[in-house]
Amino acid sequence: MSHDPVIDPVDSFASRHLGPRPDDVAAMLETLGYASLDALTDAAVPAAIRLRRPLPLPPARSERRVLEELRAIAAENRVFRSYLGMGYADCVTPSVIQRNVLENPGWYTAYTPYQPEIAQGRLEALLNFQTMVGDLTGLPVANASLLDEATAAAEAMAMTLGVVKHGERPVFLVDDRCHPQTIAVVRTRGEWRGVAIQVGPVAQFGFGADVIGALVQYPATDGEVRDLAQVCAAAHADGALVTVATDLLALAVLTPPGEWGADIAVGNSQRFGVPMGYGGPHAAFFATREEYKRHIPGRIIGVSRDVDGRMALRMALQTREQHIRREKATSNICTSQVLLAVIAGMYGVWHGPDGLRRIARRVHDVTGRLADAVERLGHRLAHRSYFDTLAIDVGDAAPGILRAATERRLNLRRLAPSRLGVSLDETTTAEDLADLVTVFAAGGRADFALDRLEGPAADAVPAALRRTTGFMEHPVFHRYRSETEMLRYLKRLENRDLSLTAAMIPLGSCTMKLNATTEMLPITWREFGGLHPFAPRDQARGYARLFETLEQWLAEITGLPGVSLQPNAGAQGEYAGLLVIRAWQRARGEGHRTTCLIPQSAHGTNPASAVMAGMDVVVVKTDAHGNIDLDDLQAKAEQHKDTLGALMVTYPSTHGVFEAAIKDVCALIHRHGGQVYMDGANMNAQVGLTSPAAIGADVCHLNLHKTFCIPHGGGGPGMGPICVAEHLMPFLPDHPVVPLGRAHPCGTISAAPWGSPSILPISWAYIAMMGPEGLTAATQVAILNANYVMKRLEGHYEVLYAGAHGLVAHEGIVDTRPFKQSAGIEVEDIAKRLIDYGFHPPTVSFPVPGTLMVEPTESESKEELDRFCDALIAIRQEIREIERGEADQERNVLKQAPHPLEQVVSDTWDRPYARERAAFPSPATRVQKVWPAVARIDSAYGDRNLVCACPPIEEYAPSV
Amino acid sequence: MSDVPSSLHYTEEHEYVKLTDDPEIVAVGITDYAQGELGDVVYVELPDAGTSLARMDVFGTIEAVKAVSELFAPVPGEVVEINEALEGDPSLVNKDPYGEGWMIKVRIRTQADLKELLTAADYQQHIGE
Repeated sequence: MSHDPVIDPVDSFASRHLGPRPDDVAAMLETLGYASLDALTDAAVPAAIRLRRPLPLPPARSERRVLEELRAIAAENRVFRSYLGMGYADCVTPSVIQRNVLENPGWYTAYTPYQPEIAQGRLEALLNFQTMVGDLTGLPVANASLLDEATAAAEAMAMTLGVVKHGERPVFLVDDRCHPQTIAVVRTRGEWRGVAIQVGPVAQFGFGADVIGALVQYPATDGEVRDLAQVCAAAHADGALVTVATDLLALAVLTPPGEWGADIAVGNSQRFGVPMGYGGPHAAFFATREEYKRHIPGRIIGVSRDVDGRMALRMALQTREQHIRREKATSNICTSQVLLAVIAGMYGVWHGPDGLRRIARRVHDVTGRLADAVERLGHRLAHRSYFDTLAIDVGDAAPGILRAATERRLNLRRLAPSRLGVSLDETTTAEDLADLVTVFAAGGRADFALDRLEGPAADAVPAALRRTTGFMEHPVFHRYRSETEMLRYLKRLENRDLSLTAAMIPLGSCTMKLNATTEMLPITWREFGGLHPFAPRDQARGYARLFETLEQWLAEITGLPGVSLQPNAGAQGEYAGLLVIRAWQRARGEGHRTTCLIPQSAHGTNPASAVMAGMDVVVVKTDAHGNIDLDDLQAKAEQHKDTLGALMVTYPSTHGVFEAAIKDVCALIHRHGGQVYMDGANMNAQVGLTSPAAIGADVCHLNLHKTFCIPHGGGGPGMGPICVAEHLMPFLPDHPVVPLGRAHPCGTISAAPWGSPSILPISWAYIAMMGPEGLTAATQVAILNANYVMKRLEGHYEVLYAGAHGLVAHEGIVDTRPFKQSAGIEVEDIAKRLIDYGFHPPTVSFPVPGTLMVEPTESESKEELDRFCDALIAIRQEIREIERGEADQERNVLKQAPHPLEQVVSDTWDRPYARERAAFPSPATRVQKVWPAVARIDSAYGDRNLVCACPPIEEYAPSV
Repeated sequence: MSDVPSSLHYTEEHEYVKLTDDPEIVAVGITDYAQGELGDVVYVELPDAGTSLARMDVFGTIEAVKAVSELFAPVPGEVVEINEALEGDPSLVNKDPYGEGWMIKVRIRTQADLKELLTAADYQQHIGE
């Protein structure tokens, strides 16, 4: 491609992605005392690890051009009607939800609801999801979603391991009629964790002393609806638990697992309005009995109250999370699929229980007619009890039927050489049924009229398995039937939350950068959304091209040539990366290398992932500057050299510092027989300047939802692909349904072979539009912005850690601990006061308790950074008033923050400071601010009285 | 300044042992200092009565809003009773750690096991107060 300065577009995407204008960059550099961005970069990034050549990526392309290219890629995908089932079904995304949630930055740019006072909207939406899941499964305690059905099943096994007493060699039974990808993911998880997975027919399940539990599928993967109550009874008699993988739509008409003895229910909520997207992202669900509520994995939304007694929602039981439990955690799950769970929950709100029942009955009725038709055509049903899926024995007609199916652009599942599977869904029309009948006639003619076909036989759902109990009786599932009401409900919730549409979200280590509109447009194109994950690969040539180029680019950026797109979140990437290392070592006869060194300052998912990979964690100290203590590392590496498997290291460090000694650290580990895993959480400080390979890492994961612009979705989706060195490539994850051709795979990590493909166009578009110069400039500006903020706060706050020349990397830690002594002010108070100033607070108390970690990203303008710094400086002044005794120790603007509108306009105001100060502490807040929906929330109250379903309507604020 | 009653025995892990009227039975809980550090206690997970414990066995977990911590058996013995009231009101651990906030009662084998524990003075020094 040649450049012609006259003809090239005048607008560049990079200049839109970056916040500061060229004049601003100059002014900020002057503040910092550097002549140029390059000079600042040279000072901040150790010379030993600098890349000396530009990234070998294609030159930047315009937004319009990239959209055209993505259109061309999308056109290479062929969207057949997929009747493949296996946990994925085509569905209708209600347009009001598509436009106002899925395509709406007010929803998709929000962060995990760590600050509940400015997240009540999506917390309510998630509570709806939990209530819906709890009602449909008959198990009252549901979480706010997990990554996919297969990992949810693996989490169920891990939870079972945690709550059931067991010996040295626990056994977990798996129904051989579970979805194949679920079996593969559970097998992998069990294998490395020391749980023997025994797959077999349910009829042969034997619960003995070592058996901790079982996993069954309802309806089975081939569609049969089986009565599994006996399995539960047998399991319980021996103290084991039963997990049921199930289907929410089926549960609208089938007896829910909770009513026949299940202890845990998991599944995929995708068919509730979320496109299949060739595998994801979707929200998996997880529900259990009341008695296990404190063992449930992932995030759970609970009801609490604020200091004024208003009902208020927040994430409950946060202390059980891996970031506190570390190597004692049973799971590394630290995210959910919020955006998708919100959509599924809203699908429930939109249709209500009656609508869901109607949809379910219709799908079932059409399935019954198809059953009648195929029998009339001379085929045999493999089972006569079904919801929406038939297994059809077609004898030697299979090849002809499959050929006819392809001709009519529809996909059937091959269960066996002469047995075909058909799963119908909400979108199936009369024409589709006619096509299916023609296909099954395979060249012959159906001698019957379609409208004469009979619906399901009376025993298609056995009497004992017909649902008799109500569900979703809460008013929220009955109120919003008209589109006007629904639109306003969605908008009302959206308006309670602070997203990037309102202000910067300077969360350290989260990289809340721009999620550009152009990047987002393709995700709802039918050519990306409409593909079933197990559709034949010749229908997904566009996706194949997208994966191939993206993998190649990520390999160039990291310097590590092998890429797996399978892991669905950063923590899943950690788990996958460690498994790759372990599989490689095992193949070399070094399976005993199970020691994993992890610095004290590491994110808590690191030790939790190591434990999941069957490793023993040894903690390495960090020194007073937040760097790895080299003497301690040397000593520990020496001490454990015979078993040293890996070091997990974050770079730049979790303290936001480019450690100069990183190459020595990696070399030391290699000398002692270990591999280096680099946590890519801070990759936004590396792109174009250095790389995981340059520092000496063998494996890294990338958080595409941080560095590469996939939006956080209010707490998911994420994507955590891994990049590995050449020697590790044969050990990358594979997939049982769509073989990826790995020679010695470490196992299967996710339900879908490429994780969540439908959001990959986002990262693809970002890299394509930025080009090598743009990406490098983004990293440089991210470093500039962080250092500018730290410089501006100088004299007001202490910056806790810095590297050479007193510079931070792309984030910095602001020390707020001294104020506890001087004014009784804690970091929480400052965070909540920032909400009054219209900001989302930075990361609180990670990695250092009592501090704030600020990461502004390259997308924030100087104006916004100044506004943020001005707010923090003004808050410092407010603290000074307490220090000087001018403000009360308890009754002050910080301790009583945040101030909801209802509070400041109420007739009773008896505080020693003015309402105006509480509400409008800065000029900018008079123009616009997101008001906290509630006052400060009492977390202890909610954790003591755990309620995680919608409370009675009277408890909602009167304004609702 | 935390309350460290002189009549009790302590561990470095912040459990206390309190004698009861029955010389074979002791009550175990966490100290006033520990509850202060943990903050609002929201849940206490305790073993079943009848569980036998070796010294330093994990006998339960305590969850507060900001931290979760394991509970270690200060003395070997058999759990004879657990404080059921904590299930309904875990804040008893905050309000009255040495009284209504006790956690388990343990039948000890010999008084000699108590000798290995810290005295109030030792514990006071351990927490630096």
